[in-house]
Amino acid sequence: MPGKLKAKIVAGRHLPVMDRASDLTDAFVEVKFGNTTFKTDVCPKSLNPQWNSEWFKFEVDDEDLQDEPLQITVLDHDTYSANDAIGKVYIDIDPLLYSEAASVISGWFPIYDTIHGIRGEINVIVKVELFNDLNRFRQSSCGVKFFCTTCIPQCYRATLVHGFVEELVVNEDPEYQWIDRIRTPRASNEARQRLISLMSGELQRKIGLKVLEMGGNAVVGYLQCFDLEGESGLVVRAIGTACTLDKLSSGSAPNTNTHMHPNTAPASNACNSPSKDGKEPVFVEDLPSSSGPPTPFRALPTSSSPPPFSPSKPCSRQSSSSDTDLSLTPKTGKNTWPRPSFPFSSLPSPTLHIGEFPFFTLTSFPPGFLLHVGGVVSARSVKLLDRIHNPDEPETRDAWWEEIRQEIKSHARALGCHAVVGYSESTSICEEVCILSASGTAAILNPRYMREGCLDIGCTDHRLVSFFLIVQLKVSDSLNVSHHVFEEPSPPNCGFCHIPYDELNMPFPAQLTYCYHCRRQKVPDVLFTTIDLPSEAAVAGKGCLIQARLCRLKKKAQGEANATAISNLLPFMEYELHTQLMNKLKLRSMNALFGLHIQISVGENMLLGLASATGVYLTALPAPGGIQIAGKTPGDLSSEHISSIQKRINDTIAVNKELYQINPPELAEEGVGSPIPEPRHRSRLFRSHSESSDELSELDLSHGKKDAFVLEIDDTDAVEDIHSLLIDAPPPTGFYSCNTENMPGISNWTSGVQMFTSVRVLRLSNANLTNQGLNKIFTDLCENLLKSFYFKLRSMIPCCLCHLNFTVAVPEEELIQVTVTAVAMTYDKEQTQEKTMKESFHVQFNTLSTHQSRKKKFKLYSLFIHPSSASVDYGSFADRCSTWLELLRLKAHTIRRGSVKTISSLERCSPLQEGRSRSLRSSRSFGGSSVTVVKMTPLSFLPGTRIIKYLGIINMFFIRETTSLREEGGVSGFLHSFIAEVFAMVRAHVAALGGNAVVSYSMKECVFMENPNKNQAQCLINVSGDAVICISETDQESSASTANTGQTGGSETDGAT
Amino acid sequence: MSVELDVFVGNTTIMDEEVYQLWLDGYTVNDAVKVRMEGGVMDECEASKDVLLSDTMDQYRTFQMCERLLHSPAKLANQLLFQIPPHRQIMLIERYYAFDDTFVREVLGKKLSKGTKKDLDDISAKTSVTLKSCRRQFDNFKRVFKVVEELKGPLVENIRQHFLLSDKLARDYAAIVFFANNRFETGKRKLQYLSFQDFAFCAGQLISNWTVGAVDNMVEDMDEHAFQTLPSLRGKTKVFIEMEGSFKNLSRGLINIAAKLTNTKDVRDFFIDLVEKFIEPCRSDRWSAADMKLYLTHYTNSAHILDTFKHQVVWDRYMGVVKSCIFKMYHD
Repeated sequence: MPGKLKAKIVAGRHLPVMDRASDLTDAFVEVKFGNTTFKTDVCPKSLNPQWNSEWFKFEVDDEDLQDEPLQITVLDHDTYSANDAIGKVYIDIDPLLYSEAASVISGWFPIYDTIHGIRGEINVIVKVELFNDLNRFRQSSCGVKFFCTTCIPQCYRATLVHGFVEELVVNEDPEYQWIDRIRTPRASNEARQRLISLMSGELQRKIGLKVLEMGGNAVVGYLQCFDLEGESGLVVRAIGTACTLDKLSSGSAPNTNTHMHPNTAPASNACNSPSKDGKEPVFVEDLPSSSGPPTPFRALPTSSSPPPFSPSKPCSRQSSSSDTDLSLTPKTGKNTWPRPSFPFSSLPSPTLHIGEFPFFTLTSFPPGFLLHVGGVVSARSVKLLDRIHNPDEPETRDAWWEEIRQEIKSHARALGCHAVVGYSESTSICEEVCILSASGTAAILNPRYMREGCLDIGCTDHRLVSFFLIVQLKVSDSLNVSHHVFEEPSPPNCGFCHIPYDELNMPFPAQLTYCYHCRRQKVPDVLFTTIDLPSEAAVAGKGCLIQARLCRLKKKAQGEANATAISNLLPFMEYELHTQLMNKLKLRSMNALFGLHIQISVGENMLLGLASATGVYLTALPAPGGIQIAGKTPGDLSSEHISSIQKRINDTIAVNKELYQINPPELAEEGVGSPIPEPRHRSRLFRSHSESSDELSELDLSHGKKDAFVLEIDDTDAVEDIHSLLIDAPPPTGFYSCNTENMPGISNWTSGVQMFTSVRVLRLSNANLTNQGLNKIFTDLCENLLKSFYFKLRSMIPCCLCHLNFTVAVPEEELIQVTVTAVAMTYDKEQTQEKTMKESFHVQFNTLSTHQSRKKKFKLYSLFIHPSSASVDYGSFADRCSTWLELLRLKAHTIRRGSVKTISSLERCSPLQEGRSRSLRSSRSFGGSSVTVVKMTPLSFLPGTRIIKYLGIINMFFIRETTSLREEGGVSGFLHSFIAEVFAMVRAHVAALGGNAVVSYSMKECVFMENPNKNQAQCLINVSGDAVICISETDQESSASTANTGQTGGSETDGAT
Repeated sequence: MSVELDVFVGNTTIMDEEVYQLWLDGYTVNDAVKVRMEGGVMDECEASKDVLLSDTMDQYRTFQMCERLLHSPAKLANQLLFQIPPHRQIMLIERYYAFDDTFVREVLGKKLSKGTKKDLDDISAKTSVTLKSCRRQFDNFKRVFKVVEELKGPLVENIRQHFLLSDKLARDYAAIVFFANNRFETGKRKLQYLSFQDFAFCAGQLISNWTVGAVDNMVEDMDEHAFQTLPSLRGKTKVFIEMEGSFKNLSRGLINIAAKLTNTKDVRDFFIDLVEKFIEPCRSDRWSAADMKLYLTHYTNSAHILDTFKHQVVWDRYMGVVKSCIFKMYHD
């Protein structure tokens, strides 16, 4: 009996009218956990009932605590007939199970009904008392922390990264059980919601157990997905990276792990304890030695390692497409290109204990962690689903993923890499066909981090630190020294670009040059990765979102024939997506892609492919050549046409260079003694290109510029393709966009943050569409979405759309659905003009931002005062009363806080302090509101703030159904209110945990189904993220511990309201 | 090929004030798009018509979802569905409860009943305020009326508290409610020249000086008792009116109006009486506003000279309001 769960139902408000006769409701509440149910008294005839119940106590195993949600049902009492359910609240109590996170869950939760949506709110308090359990064979894994964030969370330090953890659980989908024929939609939806909640609890517990086994205490980059396989069942699977994390004492917090967030890297580095500094060029001294091929991992003789690419590889019913597709994508240089002849060790160096799969779901790393990056590795396979017979042994699904992971691993090895970073898995299901995909970036990691006890990211030689500081001081001494000079001596900014593979045994043909930074090592001409841009990387100009979009029609088919058809199409799609990406990259005059994510979605009669990435100009890589257009025969009739296209392309490149401010500093010195690759290389590139695109190598190579990338126009399709290249409109002035955590070239964020989700569904009415026509439609759909965002967010200019995450689906035969979640963040334009604000400019910026935010806060403050003072003599309404009480409490809180402040720092002027601390809560106390403002972002940080506490993972699954679609405003109205409701429920849960923000938020699933003829629609949404408390960075100046106390006090007050 | 579904939801609810106004004014989505296009918003962000249409639809949906909350503005502050910054909430409420003076002028003093609501299309045609907007405004009046009807305490303050309105708007609503409650006659042709603001001002005067609720906690619509005494003035005032005949008539008019105030039914005619008995005669004599002021001031003060006059307080209270009402109403 290791845990006691206590719940108290305080009150309800804004309840719906359940009794038409009296226009009132007789509400009571059922509280259920596991098989135990408690009930409150009926609160008669009130829409704002006050139950103030006793504490309901559940004595349960901690295993159940992890798996089960607390289920709260609000009902309307009816003397003569069955009680009517008003709605439910599911509370995941996992955040209460580890000591560092939340201690209490308390607040207003929306009462949710799957048919009616939100119907009023209920105030609940939940606590857990855990008893220590020393049972070694326990099934629970309480205490393991989970983070969706794909970097080491702020305010933590990774002492060890253990490696990849994965698990999946399967069950029958209640929607497809026989009983569904006789029960109500509501009952069916609730059964599903509950089951999924249970399954994700179980999954998390099982992963936690694995982590404990490995000796870790946390999972970072936790990625959980649902596969709604329909008839064949429901799969919940998750992957993550097991770590041992140390909480940093709040006192030293400001500078920790700032690698994610340039803003937090203050100039005060020097005065901080060096061991806490995340920005050190830890491996400065390593570089010369690591400049050779990464021998430690490759010295071992070839053992067996069957060539990952072999025609004889068993491709039974499920053809593993990745092999074939990879064979077709060599020209782009950065995909895997396994050669049978390439000798590799079966295992990386024995010093690396990173499990069977050396995979990391993280996308950004502490500086020095990544030594080299090989390129993107991906694998896909098409499977036919059949019923899962025994839910307790989900072997088939496990085996499928195992297969894919093995393939990824061998691809990585072919690239001379021993690890895969930025790893992710996904599926696309249509009827009984399922495409499993996995992708990541092959990389070589610093062995230091992997050895037991050596991953102390902070623990570096003092020598190095002092060296770093000296450099830093130098820079701040002379402001006119550009940041490039600053970065010159520290090669980490180019190290990761250096090829990890052997130049003589290149896994694929690529053009190599000496690094434009250090001139010591070879780099490829382009680099594709799935990770975020390393913070230390040297870039020129700004990044931008690059998307490749593709539609392919396929014949309708069943079973194996269908699977075969799909797997035959996949390689062509990947190839074409790759070509598009490459062309668009060149068109923007950039040479690297980060955050590459390729999604292939399958429908009954078509396949959709969408590749998104953030293009950037890495100064370590050679400048990209232009794009050369060539006709089939040079003296063609259409030569005029060709030259006009050529001109347009050249113009676009020039415009883009200007737009993204790509002026690499190296350009000037290019000719000076730099080892320019011999022409042989170049011709080889061309040859490989022509090979891959099935053209003869009769191209006139002297035709264009030396470095140009040749596009040949041989038919109208090609012309279309080029046109489609050019229609990608650049974002309007004042906007930038990317799909990564960091926007290359922008780091001076201001406080404006707007997270949004947008869904668009297109109906293709014309049945006889060609591939070309479809492509156009699909491209327009994506482009129009972006245009819509720019327009809607125009008030935020200058602003950047970050973490643009597009998801495509083919929900029905003629429908294309695109779902986008992203965040718009404002930045300081003036600061950008100064090109980069490295350490020396930082102080200036910091003060500036402080100033601005203070102003803003005072404004808020006055707003806050106005309505509350107006309500002073107004006592006739109960809610007003409570407002007043809350106000008093607030005041008390302010005073308490203020006094703490005075003690800690006398010179702080108190009115300001008070203004701030009140304004901190002002937003939530307007006009009697107790609603906490909760910010949401898909990024791991919020600009201008510092995360001081992670409160636990948010992982919620909702179903909404309607049988009165027209009345709810049609499909758009229905989905609009559902998404708004999901946001509201996420915010309410975060607020109840005492948090004020969600980071690493993502909408994993948004499945929409409609039947307009029956006036019905249904939608499933799964969202996840990390609930956090963050405080304004300006508070950072004051002692962090004070802020901490204040904040804790704040969350407690929250709880009480 | 058609867009089947198109939504955009922000964590902080995005609202464009211009679109909000168009929505309030009862424009259809397509008309609103036209207006926005003419407004030149397209140039701002290289937007196309489709973008504008999609944006307008999104916002209209948001407003429709918010409307339920705007009916009881206090809810807007503590609901969880929309995260709206406080200053935006204030804007939303204020604009939602704003009304067209031309429209309110038409329904002023009418019973806020279903019957009146049926006539809204006529009023819409007459005032060229869209029917949708008319309905919203009418429903607002009705809602405010219904809520304050049962509340004790000062009218303006009640409205302000309950609907979180600005002082100005709360006062206007108080006037509307006051007129509706007392059913003042405002529709006569002779009163047509008066604007809503004229009436609102008078209502303010009446509320703060003649209703008891304004001063203390007792509720009584008109201080009838006080006016009971005024008829006794009738005989006495004759003493000091020895000027021109018109003066006599005017004086008699004012006294008669005062006397009628005791009867609830006659109270309705207060404004028409003021115009007929006082303002029109003065206007026909081409009095300037200054003349009027001078006359009324002296007229009020002269009562004090009378030793026998025992109702100084009531007299002042009456004349104070009448004076300021007449000043306000005396224009073309």
